[in-house]
Amino acid sequence: MPYRTNVLVCAGTGCVSGNSFGVAQTLENEIRKLGLDQEVQVIRTGCQGFCAEGPIVIVQPDGIFYCGVQQKDAVYIAQEHLLKGRPVRKLLYSPPAEKKPIPALKDIPFFAKQRLVVLRNRGAIDPERIDDYIAVDGYAALVKALTEMTPEQILGEIKKSGLRGRGGGGFPTGIKWETCRKAAVSRAVDPVVVCNADEGDPGAFMDRSIIESDPHSVVEGMIIGARAIGAKEGFVYIRHEYPIARERLKKALDQAREYGLLGENIFGTMMNFDIEIVQGAGAFVCGESTALMASLEGKVGEPRAKYIHTVEYGYKNRPTNLNNVETWANVPLIINRGAEWFTSMGSGDVSENPWGGSSGTKVFSLVGKVKNTGLIEVPMGIPLREIVFDIGGGIPEGRSFKAVQTGGPSGGCLPESALDMPVDFDSLTEAGSMMGSGGMIVMDDQTCMVDVARYFIAFLTEESCGKCVPCREGLRSSLDALNRITQGTGKPDDIGLLREIGEVMQDCCLCALGTSAANPVLSTIQYFKDEYEAHINKGVCPAGVCTALIEYQIDPEKCDGCHACVHGCSTNAIIGNVKQVHFIDKEKCIKCGACVEACKRNGILKVPRSHAA
Amino acid sequence: MPRLSIEDLKKIREESKATLTLRSGQARAKITVHMGTCGISAGARDVMGALLKEIEKLGLTDVIVTTSGCAGLCSREPMATVELRGEAPVKYVDLKPERILRVLREHVLEGKVVVDFALASGCETTA
Ligand SMILES: Cc1cc2nc3c(=O)[nH]c(=O)nc-3n(C[C@H](O)[C@H](O)[C@H](O)COP(=O)(O)O)c2cc1C
Ligand code: FES
Repeated sequence: MPYRTNVLVCAGTGCVSGNSFGVAQTLENEIRKLGLDQEVQVIRTGCQGFCAEGPIVIVQPDGIFYCGVQQKDAVYIAQEHLLKGRPVRKLLYSPPAEKKPIPALKDIPFFAKQRLVVLRNRGAIDPERIDDYIAVDGYAALVKALTEMTPEQILGEIKKSGLRGRGGGGFPTGIKWETCRKAAVSRAVDPVVVCNADEGDPGAFMDRSIIESDPHSVVEGMIIGARAIGAKEGFVYIRHEYPIARERLKKALDQAREYGLLGENIFGTMMNFDIEIVQGAGAFVCGESTALMASLEGKVGEPRAKYIHTVEYGYKNRPTNLNNVETWANVPLIINRGAEWFTSMGSGDVSENPWGGSSGTKVFSLVGKVKNTGLIEVPMGIPLREIVFDIGGGIPEGRSFKAVQTGGPSGGCLPESALDMPVDFDSLTEAGSMMGSGGMIVMDDQTCMVDVARYFIAFLTEESCGKCVPCREGLRSSLDALNRITQGTGKPDDIGLLREIGEVMQDCCLCALGTSAANPVLSTIQYFKDEYEAHINKGVCPAGVCTALIEYQIDPEKCDGCHACVHGCSTNAIIGNVKQVHFIDKEKCIKCGACVEACKRNGILKVPRSHAA
Repeated sequence: MPRLSIEDLKKIREESKATLTLRSGQARAKITVHMGTCGISAGARDVMGALLKEIEKLGLTDVIVTTSGCAGLCSREPMATVELRGEAPVKYVDLKPERILRVLREHVLEGKVVVDFALASGCETTA
């Protein structure tokens, strides 16, 4: 028989710390005492998103919302509301007085579809006050890891959680830690833990934001990792361009040191550990593990071949465990709430091995042509479409969706047909893109995909360290071909050439910059080949972006000779007397488009260039 | 307080929790200005400056002003969250110095949410 009434008791972190379990227990006892247990059922729910007013109790189907419920109130709710049907007025949530109603955060899709784990404290605590972090259970995981768990148990928990590196590769964190610990023990050399906060991807700001809003979560994760691995020394390699993040991190370290959470005999145990901040050398490739370690040692940040792994021979040839900012920030919560909680979010199955799926959440910086740009955190496995259209709010200015680029400069571009794909490590790779560190750039129909590929290849050509031939020459030749195509001088076999170079690079490059660098080219050829063909065969840029392939024309029907475009043109390319139809001198026009903006009658058109083949 | 013991940690947690959630203590309201790189470049510092100056001018002692990181919706920064004791927090977007002063006057002092730039009320969903 269905229950007449459900009582939902929030069992989210916030409410649990306010004793919502006690409340649920009391409710159940009272319900039984009142003989209502066949009619009324108590359900423990996930966070209701209203932690500040917890513990939250909701009575359905009445839709009555109680807040700040204590055990003694529970007795009262049972007697008054559940038995007699009279809602308990004093516990009712009273919204702020007088107003047009404003929506609840949970009803706004941008927030509703997010699930905050790493960013749980964003906007809620002062990142410069360690006491704020402690107030939200900060450093409780450290206490647990230090006093109740052996290093092996910590390793076991992280392995079981299926946590995979958030910096790009998606390597299982537990396995990495274990390998590092073993290498250190067998070689009797002190290991090192390092946090990668280099974040060189253009347009990405996940790691910056994590450090800026919750630096202690990274610090706590690193101390726990150091305990598991046996490290006494840690480094945070942070990008030079992140002054605020660096300053907050430095404050966090100072405060942790002052409280004795870093240094010697942490919490009176035998553990000694400290963390040093090192500024990045400012090159994209310095984020790569071997290059980063060279840079940490004060050498030029160039990658080396990885037949010897850095977990065994890394910084100064010591076993070195490198993890990304977001990876570290996940650690305290996994220790606090257990691997099972972590694997309850995500896709795939990590119970047999961590490569089997993607557990937990992922932070993305959502930018480009979406209404809501920003920093988002979603459960792994969420369909790409929900990120673009629900959280992102879709494409602005009535334009339509064309592609979404994931994975940073060497990620791939995915088309409309890929939007129902779950966002996780393996699905993205399979589709020809990658998770990368979490950049996500949405593009609308005014984007030229060949030009996008050219942009990323130009970036990577700049950033290639030049040490290995396939990367250095492969990128250069690819860029040449892409430049040709966008300038209208592409050759029919350029597509084949780009493919071939890409495949060689995937097989032969020294580091992952090179092996992944062809992704932007290969994925755009895979999904948008017709655009390449239009450029090459017809000399047309379908999106009207490649300036060599377009020209501007004045529509004589619309032009009333107002002269506004003449004033808007910086190269004096528009000719015509006032009140007479104007025209554009193609020799002088630099195709900047300023006249289009200047014309109030929409009289200037962008058209394929007339001498097109 | 150097070198915490595990007991000290618990004590700090209890004490700070009270101010953080406005559950006890003298404060009637807390205003959090979101100061990530995005917020700052959109003008959060000016918003903060104006707010602090006004609070000092009015001699308000029961309003906590604090900073926090990015609230996530970078395209609508500067943002601030206003929480009155016993009420759901309200997030404001697209702030400017004169707008935060209106929020202070109308929402914090008079209890009326400034609908014009209020985005929503409530907290985000944590897992
Ligand atoms: C060219 C290149 C740049 C990289 N940049 C970063 C970076 O900025 N931040 C980062 O965490 N990982 C970066 N990585 C990935 C790192 O090499 C490494 O895999 C990662 O930091 C390991 O941490 P994780 O297992 O926690 O992801 C980069 C890799 C390559 C090939
Ligand atoms: S933990 Fe209960 S509403 Fe958030």
